[in-house]
Amino acid sequence: MSTPPASAESPVEGRLIDPASTPPSGPGQSAGSAGALPPLGAGGFARWAWRQLTSMRTALILLFALAVAAIPGSVLPQRGIDPILVREWIEDAPTWGPILDRLGFFDVYAAPWFAAIYLLLFISVIGCVLPRTGVHIKALRTPPPRAPRRLSRMAHFRTWTTSPDTPGAQTSAAPASTAPASAASVLDDVEADLRRRRWRVARGVDDSAAGEQPSGWVSAEKGYARETGNLLFHAALIVLLIAVGYGAVFGWRGNVIVREGNGFSNTLTQYDAWGGGRLASPDGLPPFSFTLEEFRVEFERSDTERGSPRLFEAEVTARAEPGAPEVTEVIRVNEPIAFDGAKVFLVGHGYAPRIEVRDADGRLVFDDAVVVLPQDGNQTSIGVVKVPDALPQLGFQMLFLPTAAVDDVRGPFSSFPDADDPAIFASAWVGDLGLDDGVPQSVYRLVTDAMSQVGLEALRPGQTWDLPDGIGSVSFTGWQRWASFQIAHDPGKEPALIASGLALIGLMMSLYVKRRRVWVRAADGPSGVTIEVAGLARTDEADLAADVEQVAGVAGAPEGKSGPGQASGERLGEDSGMMDGQNRTGGRR
Amino acid sequence: MSAADLAGWSNAAVYAAMVVLTFSMIAFAATFSARGNRVSPDARKTPVTVGVGADSAPSVRVDPAASGQPTTAPPIDERGRRAGNVGLSLAWLGFGLLLLGAVLRGVWAGRVPWGNMYEYSLSSAVAILGVYLFMSLRRDLRWLGVFATGATLLTVGLAVTVLYTEAAQLVPALTSWWLVIHVSAAIVSGGAFTIAAGLTGLYLWRERAERKGRISGAVARLPQAVKLDTMAYRILAFAFPLWTFAVIAGAIWAENAWGRYWGWDPKETWAFITWVIYAGYLHARATAGWRGRRAAYIAILGWVSFLINYFGVNLFVNSLHSYAGV
Ligand code: HEM
Repeated sequence: MSTPPASAESPVEGRLIDPASTPPSGPGQSAGSAGALPPLGAGGFARWAWRQLTSMRTALILLFALAVAAIPGSVLPQRGIDPILVREWIEDAPTWGPILDRLGFFDVYAAPWFAAIYLLLFISVIGCVLPRTGVHIKALRTPPPRAPRRLSRMAHFRTWTTSPDTPGAQTSAAPASTAPASAASVLDDVEADLRRRRWRVARGVDDSAAGEQPSGWVSAEKGYARETGNLLFHAALIVLLIAVGYGAVFGWRGNVIVREGNGFSNTLTQYDAWGGGRLASPDGLPPFSFTLEEFRVEFERSDTERGSPRLFEAEVTARAEPGAPEVTEVIRVNEPIAFDGAKVFLVGHGYAPRIEVRDADGRLVFDDAVVVLPQDGNQTSIGVVKVPDALPQLGFQMLFLPTAAVDDVRGPFSSFPDADDPAIFASAWVGDLGLDDGVPQSVYRLVTDAMSQVGLEALRPGQTWDLPDGIGSVSFTGWQRWASFQIAHDPGKEPALIASGLALIGLMMSLYVKRRRVWVRAADGPSGVTIEVAGLARTDEADLAADVEQVAGVAGAPEGKSGPGQASGERLGEDSGMMDGQNRTGGRR
Repeated sequence: MSAADLAGWSNAAVYAAMVVLTFSMIAFAATFSARGNRVSPDARKTPVTVGVGADSAPSVRVDPAASGQPTTAPPIDERGRRAGNVGLSLAWLGFGLLLLGAVLRGVWAGRVPWGNMYEYSLSSAVAILGVYLFMSLRRDLRWLGVFATGATLLTVGLAVTVLYTEAAQLVPALTSWWLVIHVSAAIVSGGAFTIAAGLTGLYLWRERAERKGRISGAVARLPQAVKLDTMAYRILAFAFPLWTFAVIAGAIWAENAWGRYWGWDPKETWAFITWVIYAGYLHARATAGWRGRRAAYIAILGWVSFLINYFGVNLFVNSLHSYAGV
C-alpha cells in the first residue's frame, strides 16, 4: 500500500469537523488569539471583536457573569416582588440604599447591566451557532471521508484472512447464486448492513501500487444527531429568550379582591392593581365576568402544623362574555380557570366583617362588608371604615381577629386562621376624612391628619358600640370571606414551554448521541480475503467495541474480540489524516 | 397498624439505617487503610482510545504506579477487598432501610414523602445512596463508598437532628402532580450532583498527586485522574438534563399555582444559577485550557450553588418556596 500524499485526504477531512468543535475556519477557533492585541483598522477590529465575542471562552465567562449577576437579586429585596420591603431597606440604609437603588440592585432582573450580560451571551450564541449550522448542514450532505490508510492505528481494530473453507466455500452445495467470498461481496454485505442501520456510508477503492490487488473500503459514520441536537439546544435557548421577552411586552396581569356574593368583570377599572407590558392593550381585555359564590377554607386543627391551610376553594359562576351562558366553576390554588388566553388564579383570601354605622340621628350611613388585610398566618387582619356621609365624618381603624386572643405582650391577636371566635378591635375617629382634596387615598388607610380619636372598643358579632357624645354608633353584624385573584395573560408562555422542551430534547441528543466512524477494508489475495475492521470514537465516552464487533460479524469475522491497533495509547499521528480527535482540544480556546 | 405506629416504624427504619451506614462507612474506610500497596484495578493500563485520550489533559499522564505496570492485575489486598464487600453489602441494607423509612413516612402522611425539609432530606439521602449503588452495579466503586455513605449519613443526620418535623398534610399550594414530578427530578439530580462532586473532589486529589508524581497511600487506591474525571462527567451528563427538566417542571407548576412561570423568587434564582454553572462546566470541558482542573472547580461550584439553594434559601431567605415547613 502506498501512502497517499497527505493532501489527498486532508481536504475531505477538513470539511468534516468534529461535531463538538467548531470548524477550523469557524469563529471559535481563532479565539486562540484571545490574548493578542487587536489588529489595526476598523474592519480588522470588528472581525477581531466578533471572534472574541463568539469564542467559547467568552461564552464561558459570560455564563459566569450571568450566574454572579443573578445573585444580588436573591439577597436584596426586589421591587417586582416586595416593593414595601425595598422601601424599608433603602430607608434603613441611607448611604448605601440610594446608591444600590441607582445601580438597579433592587430590580436586578430588569437592570441594564443584567440585560447586557444575557444579550451579549445570546449574541455570542447566535454568532456561534449560525456558522456551525452551515458547517453541519454541509457535513450532512457530504459522504464520510475515505478510509484512512492504516486502520491498524485505530483504537479498535481487527484483521483476519478468510481461508478457502470459510463462508463462501463452505456453501458449495448451495445454489450458484451464493456469492463467493470476495472482497467485493464482503464489502457489499457490510455496506448493506450499515445502511440498513442508518449509518452514512461511502465506498471506494484504494489506489494500488503496480502488481498489487486493489483493496476496497467502506467508510461509515453515525451520530450526526449529536451536533443537530446541540444546535437545536442553543437555538431553542434563543427562541426561549424571545418568547420570554414577547410575553413581557404583550402580557399583562392584574389583581383583584372579590368578596363572597360579589362579582368581577374584566375591565381595567375593576382591578385593584393592573400592570401590563409596553404593548399590552388594557382596552382589549377578554370580556369575561364572574361572581364569587362561596369561598371554602379548611385549616389543620390537630397539634402538628396547627393552622396550616388544608383547603382553599373558590366557587364562582362565570360568563365568558356578556350574554354567554353562566357556568359554575371551582378555582383552587393549583387549578386556575381560563378565559380566552387569560387565566384566573386564586392567590389569597381573607375576611370582610360586616359593619353598620349610624349617625347622630340614628340614620344608617354605612352598611357594607369591609375587606381587611391579613397580617400573619393566623389572619390577624387590619382595615378601615370611612363614613363620609356622617356629619361630622367618621372613620374607624379595625383590627379583625378570626379567633380572638389577648396577650400581655402582643396585645390582641388571632390564634387560629378560621373564624372560630371573631372579634373586632375598633378605634373611632371624628373629623375630616380628607377625601375632598382630590388626592387619591388608599382604602386601607385612614388619613387622620384632620381627625381626632374618640375611643377604642372591642366588638363581637352582633354587638353595637355607641360612640361617645352621641355622635353615632357602630355595629359588627357578621362577616364573610373574600378571595384575591391574579388574572394573567402571557402570550409568550406556550412558545416558552415549547422552546424549553426542544432545548431539553436537543440537550439530551447532544449529550447522549455518540458520533463514531467505522471502516472496513477488504482485499482479495491468493490465500483468501484479507479484511480489516476499525472504529474511531469522535466524541468523548463513545464505546466502539460493540460497533466494531457488529461490523466484523457481518464481514464474517471468526470469533474474537477487537483489540487496540498498534498505535493505541498514543495520539493518532498527524500522518493518519484523522485529525478530528484533536480538534476537541485544539479547536477552541 | 395505626398511623402512629407507621410513624414510629418509619423513624425506627431511619435510625437503623444510620447505624448500618455507619458500619458501612467504617468498612469502606478500612479498604483504604488496609496494608499493602494495592493499585486500583482501574489503574491497569487500558488502551486510551482516541476519543478519550486526545482530550485528557496532557499533563496528567505521569502515573508511575500505572504506566510501568504489566497488564496483569497487581496482587489485590485481600483484606481490603473483603472490607469493601462488607461495606457494599451494608450500604445496600442501609439503602433498603432508608427507602423503607421514606415510604412508611409517605404512607403515614398519605402523600409523597417530601412535604417538608425533613422528608426532603430523607429522600435526598435515598437519592445520594441510590445513585451510588446504581453505579456500583456496573463497576467496582468500593473506593467511592466512604464518600457516598458519608454524604448520606450527613444528610440523614441533619434531617433527624435539625430538620425533624411531624408529618402533616401539604398546604394546598403543594398538592399538585407537578410537585411530585418537579421535586423527584430535583431530588434525584441532587443525589447525582452530590456523587459527582465527591468524584470531582477525589479527581482533584488524585490529579494533584499525579502531577507531583507522588502516588502513595490512599491516593494510590483511587482510579487514575482521567477516569475519575470521565466518571464525574458521565454523572453530570445525566444529572444536568434532569435538573433542566426539574426547572421546567417547576416553572409549569409555578405557572399553575402563582400565575407566572418565572418570577425570580430566590429559589428560582438559585436553580437558575446552579443551571448556568453546570452549563459552564460542560462548556469548560469543551474548551482548551479549561478542561481538567478548572472544569472540576466549576463542577464543585455548581454543587455549592445547589446546596445554597437547598439549605440557604429554605432556611434563611424569605421565599415563596419557604413554606415547605422546617
Ligand atoms: C446562553 C448561553 C449558553 C448556554 C446556556 C449553553 C449551554 C450549553 C450546554 C448545556 C451544553 C451542553 C451540551 C453538550 O455538552 O453537548 C452546551 C454545549 C456546547 N455549547 Fe453552549 N451554551 C451557551 C452558549 C454557547 C455559545 C456562545 C457557544 C459558542 C461559542 C456555545 C457552544 C457550544 C458548543 C460547541 C457545545 C458542545 C460542547 C461539547 O462538545 O460538549 N454555547 N452549551
